[in-house]
This record gives sequence, structure tokens and C-alpha cells, in this order.
Amino acid sequence: MLEPGRAKPVPTPETQHFWDGTKTGELRLQRCGECSKVYFPPRPFCPECGSRNVSAFKASGKAILYSYVIHHRPVPGFKPPYAIAVVELAEGPRMMTNIVDCEQTPEALQLDMPLEVVFEPMDDTITLPLFRPAKG
Amino acid sequence: MGARSVAIVGASETTKLGVVPDMSQIQLHADAALNAMKDAGLKPKDIDGVATAVETPQQIAHYLGITPSWVDGTSVGGCSFMIHLRHAAAAIEAGLAKTILITHGESGRSRVGQPGRSVPPSSLNGQFEQPFGPFGPPTMFPIPVLRYMKKYGVTHEQIAMVSVVQREWAAKNPRATFKDPITVDDVLNSRMIAYPFRLLECCLVTDGGGALIVTHRDRAKDFPQKPVYVLGTGESVETPMISQMADFTSSRAFSVAGPTAFKEAGITHKDVDHLMIYDAFAHLPLYGLEDLGFVGRGEAGRFIAERNTAPGGKLPVNTNGGGLSYMHSGMYGMYALQESVRQMRGTAPAQIPGAKISVCHGVGGMFAASGTIIFSNQAA
Ligand SMILES: [Zn+2]
Repeated sequence: MLEPGRAKPVPTPETQHFWDGTKTGELRLQRCGECSKVYFPPRPFCPECGSRNVSAFKASGKAILYSYVIHHRPVPGFKPPYAIAVVELAEGPRMMTNIVDCEQTPEALQLDMPLEVVFEPMDDTITLPLFRPAKG
Repeated sequence: MGARSVAIVGASETTKLGVVPDMSQIQLHADAALNAMKDAGLKPKDIDGVATAVETPQQIAHYLGITPSWVDGTSVGGCSFMIHLRHAAAAIEAGLAKTILITHGESGRSRVGQPGRSVPPSSLNGQFEQPFGPFGPPTMFPIPVLRYMKKYGVTHEQIAMVSVVQREWAAKNPRATFKDPITVDDVLNSRMIAYPFRLLECCLVTDGGGALIVTHRDRAKDFPQKPVYVLGTGESVETPMISQMADFTSSRAFSVAGPTAFKEAGITHKDVDHLMIYDAFAHLPLYGLEDLGFVGRGEAGRFIAERNTAPGGKLPVNTNGGGLSYMHSGMYGMYALQESVRQMRGTAPAQIPGAKISVCHGVGGMFAASGTIIFSNQAA
């Protein structure tokens, strides 16, 4: 369970499937049935071609560290210094996250390092997708 | 030269800038507006168009006693005022208004009469960024920088030079908040805020405001000040989520707004005597120089480090000291516009001798939006 204090997401009808997924250990992305675009964040149509023919699927959870900052000031729910990271998923989309099981230093946080998703509950309703250095 | 038919005939900042706890946010708008009307020799009843951001046009119009026949409440962050100017030009050319007032006021530091900013937890930002600990612009705006630095081999020292050079410009400006010289070592030893950025690479947080009055260029000579003509304008938006920028080494909004303005103006980069690039953080002038085409991809760090944008350099940039040293209330774009107008009038504290064309480039949100204006003091 994550320490309390973080801003807690409130799902909407369009994003509920994503948050249902993280609770059951799935990182869900969406793919367009017309142009095959894989996209994030969730919406019930393709941002590339406008088609409503889209479906959700379970992503691999593999990613690379794309960019980040290391924040040095206190924020509720976080112990500074902590990295606010953007990862690039193997399927293409990028998402903001935190990197766990890793020192929060420029030396430890190397761009392009391989990562894998882990799921950390905030409470009974919301589980966040975080990333850690890939094992093996 | 120039596709637009309008000119700036009134321009002013608030009487005081910096720490102004004795004025509410709406009064900062009004103080700047009254100064700009005095500059143009106008009264509120002479204004028939109002544009503003964050505060609404109805708040500003009513507070100032204006009954407009045209309003624009485009509120896309700090470049809203560039975009207002673009929309005002179109409105005046279409005959929708004759004399348009654009106002900005922000109690960014003292927070008097300032509505707080919050991110709704059901918004996409609220669901997919806020839970991961961003806390204001210093934790968000620099997120793409490490990717940019890695791609082009840009160094911490080169980025620190942005702050050093702008402090040199600020030293020439009596109204600048910070005027004491700083070195690259000073920047790289200042307090860490959000790696890779330290305190001296982040903008000030101050109180202030500014206002512009725009009219048709055919009327411009009837006003007391030297007219500043609008040659070209551009605007765009990309995403409210920094994590979803298409390219972390380039702003798509910059890459639309900038070239659109150059095309409208019918000028090339060689024609530009003076450049303002909104600098909320030290990386923005690098992105701006590249996305507007003043230098090639990855070349901006070296270009600035080699003092091309510094006093005496071939392309003077952010000659008021910028958001890093002059002032930054939160939506800095108005102050960049004011400096371009001063340079074109020949009244800037760090005046570029003989400057005829000034480019003023703004960002809104965190690479969310952009507006570009190209000014000249020469009638076409
Ligand atoms: Zn599609």
C-alpha cells in the first residue's frame, strides 16, 4: 500500500477500464481497429484517425526510462528526493509514473534503462502503475 | 512586408512590478490598462474590444467601465496575450472592433484576490499525472530536458549560460528584480529544485501586469506614441499533459506558431534584430531558437554558450532579463510583448540600436500552447 497523501485519480466512464485493469494487475492500452494506432491516455476513439472502433488490451508492462526530474522539495505522499518519470512503453505510448526499487539519483536513473510495471494500491479502489528496473 | 493591418498604439506595464501586496489581481489589470490608455491618450469609453486571460473579459470590461462590441477570453496560459493580439488583428481587419485593449494582471507572489489553481482529480491530468507527484511548474516543465540533453549532447553548463546571459541583460534594466551578475558556477551551485534544474534556472515569482492597445495601422499615426506595427502572428496548442508531448526535444505548438508568424510577416531569420523567447525555465530559449529555426537542431546550447544572444551578440534575446531575472508573475507573455514594443519604440533600457524587427515568442502552460508575434517600427 502506498503511503497516503498522493493526489488520487477519480475515474470517468472513459477511463474506468484502465483503473479496473491496474487493480487486477493489468496495464491496459487501447488499439484502433481501423489504423492499428496504440494510444494512451484512454478515450473511446482513436486520436490518430477518429474511429470509434477501438479496443483495450493488456500491455506487456515493458518500458524504458524516457525522461524525468528528481524533485527535492516535500510533497504529500512522497519523500524527497523522488523522481517524476515518463516511461516509453514497449507498445509505443508514454506515461508519467514513479520509478521504485531504484535509488532516486541521476547515476541510478539512466535514460533508456529497461523497466517493468509493478502495481501499488493506494486504497481498495485505486491501484497505480509504477515501474522498476527490469529483472534479468 | 507584413500581412497584418494593425499597430500597437498604447503599451504599459503596471506602475510597480515585483512585490505588490497592496493591489489585488484585478487591480493589477486595471493599473496596467489605465497606464496603457494614458500612453495612447484614450479613455475607457474609447475602447470597443477587450481581451484577457484567467480573469474574464466581463470582469475586466465592467471593472474598467468599458462596453465592448468584441471580446476574447482565450486563456491558454502565458502566451494568451500573443494569441489575443493575433485575434485582435483579425477582428480589426474584419471590422468587428476599432480599438482593442488586451490586459494581464497577476498577483503571482502576494496572491491577493487571486483564484487558486487546482487540477480536478477526474481530469486526464488528475488521473494520469498528478498521482505521480508533480507539484507545480518546476516539477513538470523540465521533464523533457534530460531527453533533449541526451539526444544532442547538451551540457548542464550550456543550459546554465541561459541564466548567466539573461542576468547580464537584467543588469541594464532598472526595473529588473535581480541585477547582480552570476556565473555558471553560481547557477550550478544554487539550490536544487527539480534535477536537472536548480533555483537560478527557474523563473521568478512576482506580482505585476501589462496592457496593450491595438488599432488599425491607418489610424496609428493619430496617436502620441511611435506606432509599432504587427507584421505576422501565429498560434497553436499541443497537450495539457507534459508526459504526452509528441517529441520531448521540440514543441509542436512552437513549430506551428513560429513558422506561421514568419510566413505571415514575409520575413526571414536574417531580418530579425531582436528576439524574445518566453523563459519560464532555462531550457525554453533553447527549444525556441530551434523550433523557430534560428539555429539547427541541437545547436542552441552552443549558440547561447558562445554569447550570440548576450549583450553585443548577433541575436539579442530576452533583453529585459526575462522571466529568469526581470519578472515572472505566472503568465509572462505580456512582459515579453512589452519589451518588444519598447525595443521597437526605441525606449528599452537595453535598447538595441537601429532595431527594426522584433520577434516575440510565447509558451502557454507547459509546452501546452504557443503564440508568436512579429513587430516592426517601419510602416510597410
Ligand atoms: Zn485509428
